[in-house]
Amino acid sequence: MNQEKRTIVIPSQLLGDVKDQKAGSGTFIENGKIYSEVLGILNKNKDFINVTPLKGRYDPNEKDFVIGIVMEAMQSLWLVDINAAYPARLHVNEVPWDVEFGETEKYLNYGDVIMAKVLIVDQEKKLDITLKDRNLYKVKGGNIIDVEPSKVPRIIGKKGSMISLLKKYTNCRIFVGQNGRIWVDGEDEGVKTVINTIKIIQKESLSYGLTDKVEKLLKKDAKDVQ
Amino acid sequence: MKSDIKLFENGKRLDGRNPDELRKIKIEVGVLHRAEGSCYLEWGDNKVLAAVYGPREAVPRHTQNPLRAIVNARYNMAAFSVDDRKRPGPDRRSREISKVISEALEHVILLEKFPRASIDVNIEVIDAEAGTRVAGLTAAAIALVDAGIPMKDIPVGCAAGKIEGKVVLDLGKEEDNFGDADLPIAISPRTGEILLLQMDGHLTPQEFDEALNLAIKGCHEVSKMQKDAVMKKFEKEGQ
Amino acid sequence: MSITPSIKKDYLVKLAKNDKRVDGRKFDEFRNIEIEVGVVKKAEGSARVRIGNTQVIAGIKMDVGEPYPDSPDSGVMTTAAELIPMASPDFEAGPPRENAIELARVVDRGIRESELIDVDKLCIEPGEKVWIVFIDIHILDYDGNLFDAASLASLAALMTAKVPAEQFELGEDYPLPLKEPPVSCTSVKFNGVVIMDPSLDEEEIAEARLTVATDQKGDIRAMQKGLNGSFTVDEIKKVIKDSIDNGKKIREQLYKSVGK
Repeated sequence: MNQEKRTIVIPSQLLGDVKDQKAGSGTFIENGKIYSEVLGILNKNKDFINVTPLKGRYDPNEKDFVIGIVMEAMQSLWLVDINAAYPARLHVNEVPWDVEFGETEKYLNYGDVIMAKVLIVDQEKKLDITLKDRNLYKVKGGNIIDVEPSKVPRIIGKKGSMISLLKKYTNCRIFVGQNGRIWVDGEDEGVKTVINTIKIIQKESLSYGLTDKVEKLLKKDAKDVQ
Repeated sequence: MKSDIKLFENGKRLDGRNPDELRKIKIEVGVLHRAEGSCYLEWGDNKVLAAVYGPREAVPRHTQNPLRAIVNARYNMAAFSVDDRKRPGPDRRSREISKVISEALEHVILLEKFPRASIDVNIEVIDAEAGTRVAGLTAAAIALVDAGIPMKDIPVGCAAGKIEGKVVLDLGKEEDNFGDADLPIAISPRTGEILLLQMDGHLTPQEFDEALNLAIKGCHEVSKMQKDAVMKKFEKEGQ
Repeated sequence: MSITPSIKKDYLVKLAKNDKRVDGRKFDEFRNIEIEVGVVKKAEGSARVRIGNTQVIAGIKMDVGEPYPDSPDSGVMTTAAELIPMASPDFEAGPPRENAIELARVVDRGIRESELIDVDKLCIEPGEKVWIVFIDIHILDYDGNLFDAASLASLAALMTAKVPAEQFELGEDYPLPLKEPPVSCTSVKFNGVVIMDPSLDEEEIAEARLTVATDQKGDIRAMQKGLNGSFTVDEIKKVIKDSIDNGKKIREQLYKSVGK
């Protein structure tokens, strides 16, 4: 990660000029000037200006891995909550089972948790997800933790460094959805440690040296349990 | 309403303020656990709480706009927030204020990004002392920022008025009750656009100009406080 | 609307089998309680209470009015609760529905049956004029156990309330005449396990709920069972015992926060 100070910007803050850079995500243009449209972290270089939101619901991207909760079983599809502004649709064609028309409830029902992938986000923000992939399935056991979607990259860490630490020291199975949902399963003490550590990561997400700090805490916790 | 109260004494107002001085304002960002964005704001003796949910699919379905999000701002005064207990529930005054605040917020939120959705803003007045609508809108704006709602500006409100023939900024309770005019406004501070404007009382066109300029000046002062409060809250996460 | 994932219920049940709760509390343990009084200047009395992340404000307003015909020498007390939309993504704007009404009435009974407000001392002119006490509860943040938070906030507000006699030219302002406060403790049951002071997750899977209000002697003043599950007699007896024990502790904290 860059060691430069992370600059936080707020909506309406002037960031640059279209003459100098391209206006990227999280920005808007007015009279040739580029402004931030959201509370977030500024990413500015000689080519473009982006703002990564610090808060807000999950903004779905195709191919994102998400953890969904089934809201409703309809005749030929399910409606799934993926923590976006809208529910996602899971069509019977997008699941690994052979589902008869009207028999959707036999496979997935209200409250079921699924590991899914975002298939399509269309112009009207209609969302389609799929379960057709080796790593996708209906979840059994474990617990779900909700976090700010903007903190997910930090929880995963550079090349998965943070999440690997968590798995190593707690012996838990952990899956992180891009949509701010995390599934964890393991021994009670391990799960508790995962939950508490993720709380700390969220709170101090912008700090430097967080990975080292977390490793120290996890080592200490593991020792205490023994 | 006339009374024996003198609103000016030696050039100072009842609470010791100068004519162009704001009451004391205190702002806390992100004070609620469930709401996606929230703000607690004290303005003089006003205490307001604002909370935001959304964007989320608008319900009932017939209220959905296929092209953009709708803003549902609900302004409400708690029963215990006023001198004479107010019966719970929206009265006509609250519904009107809810409407003008919704409309002001709609102008700055990037609604086209969320077709069929609603952005629900809840403003509760816990303690009331004149100027609750501008305090409420100002708090709502911060709650929207805290919720990560994309906007082209952070709206801000402030009121001016006239007491004993003199135009003043930010009316206090007695000034609102016994003064000659009240002009609450809200602006988009980046562009200077007027997003909310109501007036009641009696002002000559020149007095109106004076009051409007004063209110706009007040808005900019409060805008700086809004921004400082947000930065203070989120910069802490970076330490 | 927020949906409870089914695996969450399984997880809570699994923990409970090992005598554990998600936040590490014991079954009969309350979350951290914070009580702040005098938070609303316009009210005759007010308090803000936090139990964990649940946050509630109660305000007391008083007015002069007519007594009830069957008690011409007594003051009047009424309790209302608002589950305002900001407190939860599931609360809708509109007139109070059954949940808000039940909440208000249970809090009201606890206060009324314990005779906390000395209504005999609130008579101005027998049969004509008495003091009316309005208790208004505003739920600001819902994270489980509204009953106890609402009740505690109402108590703290009442215990610091002043009768606004000056405003009505009836003499000087004086403290609202009160007797001893009842303290309410709420428990829920799921999968055969009974726990006290449910957090939001625990409340979402609760099958039955029991609120018990006790006084300083350890006697019971009000009870309410809610939801469509059931309790055994033994479970009820245990809940009463735990409510008396926790009630004592909470009462101490309540007295401290109102400055007694």
